[in-house]
Amino acid sequence: MNVANIITIVLAGLLTENMVLAKFLGICPFLGVSKKTNTAVSMGIAVTLVMLLATAVTYPIHRYLLLPYGLGYLQTIVFILIIAALVQLVEIVLKKYIPPLYKALGVYLPLITTNCAVLGITMLNFTNVRITNYVEALFNSLGAGLGFLLAMFIFAGVRGRLESSDIPESLKGLPITLVAAAIVSLSFLGFAGIVK
Amino acid sequence: MAENSKMTTLTKGVIKENPVLRLVLGTCPTLAITTAAINGIGMGVAATLVLIGSNAVISLLRNVIPDKVRIPAFITIIAAFVSIIQMLVKAFLPSIDAALGIFLPLIVVNCIILARAEMFASKNPVLPSILDAIGMGIGFTAAITLMGMIRELLGAGTIFGLQVTQGAIEPMLIFILPPGGFFVFGVLVALSNKLAVKMGKKPIKNLGCGGCNGCSGCDTCESADNQETVGQSAPVDEGIVTNADIAKSVGEELPESEATVGVIGDGVTDENVRTEAENVDVKKENGGEPQ
Repeated sequence: MNVANIITIVLAGLLTENMVLAKFLGICPFLGVSKKTNTAVSMGIAVTLVMLLATAVTYPIHRYLLLPYGLGYLQTIVFILIIAALVQLVEIVLKKYIPPLYKALGVYLPLITTNCAVLGITMLNFTNVRITNYVEALFNSLGAGLGFLLAMFIFAGVRGRLESSDIPESLKGLPITLVAAAIVSLSFLGFAGIVK
Repeated sequence: MAENSKMTTLTKGVIKENPVLRLVLGTCPTLAITTAAINGIGMGVAATLVLIGSNAVISLLRNVIPDKVRIPAFITIIAAFVSIIQMLVKAFLPSIDAALGIFLPLIVVNCIILARAEMFASKNPVLPSILDAIGMGIGFTAAITLMGMIRELLGAGTIFGLQVTQGAIEPMLIFILPPGGFFVFGVLVALSNKLAVKMGKKPIKNLGCGGCNGCSGCDTCESADNQETVGQSAPVDEGIVTNADIAKSVGEELPESEATVGVIGDGVTDENVRTEAENVDVKKENGGEPQ
């Protein structure tokens, strides 16, 4: 394990390999819940937390249970069930012990169960060449989650501006949102090459 | 009449309720894998096979699965079919497997499949469910292949790998990079909206289901959005074509399909229609009250 590698992993997740803008994972919450900055940030935080937890559980299970016994083909079905159960558990625990946090994030949790960003990151942990151990996998999830949060935050700002602008009739709503996302994504292309 | 409604079930997914351009479901794979037309076909066929399998099984089990655990049950069934397709593609079409990468297993969380399970297969007999799956699958495949063709033509100057604009137009690489995906999809939705308005239909102003989230969870998602907007400004009616509308359309279709197939699961379907209708009402109330 070395610190430089971890910094690379986090930076890649944040900028060059951004979950939403470069990898197209988690597009639905990105477009659906980004109307207001505070909603977008809450969603981003909730996704980051669930990603971290999901990786913490799925990585050892896949690496030390499924792979040694030749059960790698069960990855999809096992991961989705773990994530679904985990999200339910987090919801129950938050509700019982940390009500304020539950109030802030609770409504987003059920949405995250079948969010492709969460399932995606748990699977990408095994295809990414930079990831060789548990800690690196955790940092990869953290970086990806923060990248998602960053994209949500920036995009919520952009959409705020769109609200008050004069948009051609057929582009109103979803189409202009997508075009705006294209431009935000274009700006993230500028980071290409800073992480190798 | 009977034949007619079967045809409608089959064909509505292709244009009228095209899952990508009209229902706006499954945006992630739509944006991610359409860098080449052939990927669109690969993804479309894989998703269609999963959809047919899951719709058939869920429809068969619709009276057995308890309502409270239906989403986990659906996901498990879908995941099983995805695993089968994944293994088949890996074994026989390794190049498609490489091109689709992680988006092949991610069919599990594709909104289209869960949405059809929730909105159609869990309330209808097997045959209509399979027809619905085939129609939706064709609509999905057609839409993403079209998008793949546009992006491939503009970004690489080829269609299905054949040189088209060589020498005449310099390919614009940006179209096969991520921003091109967002842009082409935005323009396509705008075009389909324009056509819809011309044909006297409502344009799509919003994402089909607020988050790629089990689609039944849409309720929660929308109310989440509402909760935020209610306090700060009067909610604007954006003509949201989401659950409410889809539920309505399901409600309208149901009597027909019942007529086709007779009395199987009569009581259950009736009840579902009622709950769907209630949902619509509740939503209208929520949206209509500027707090």
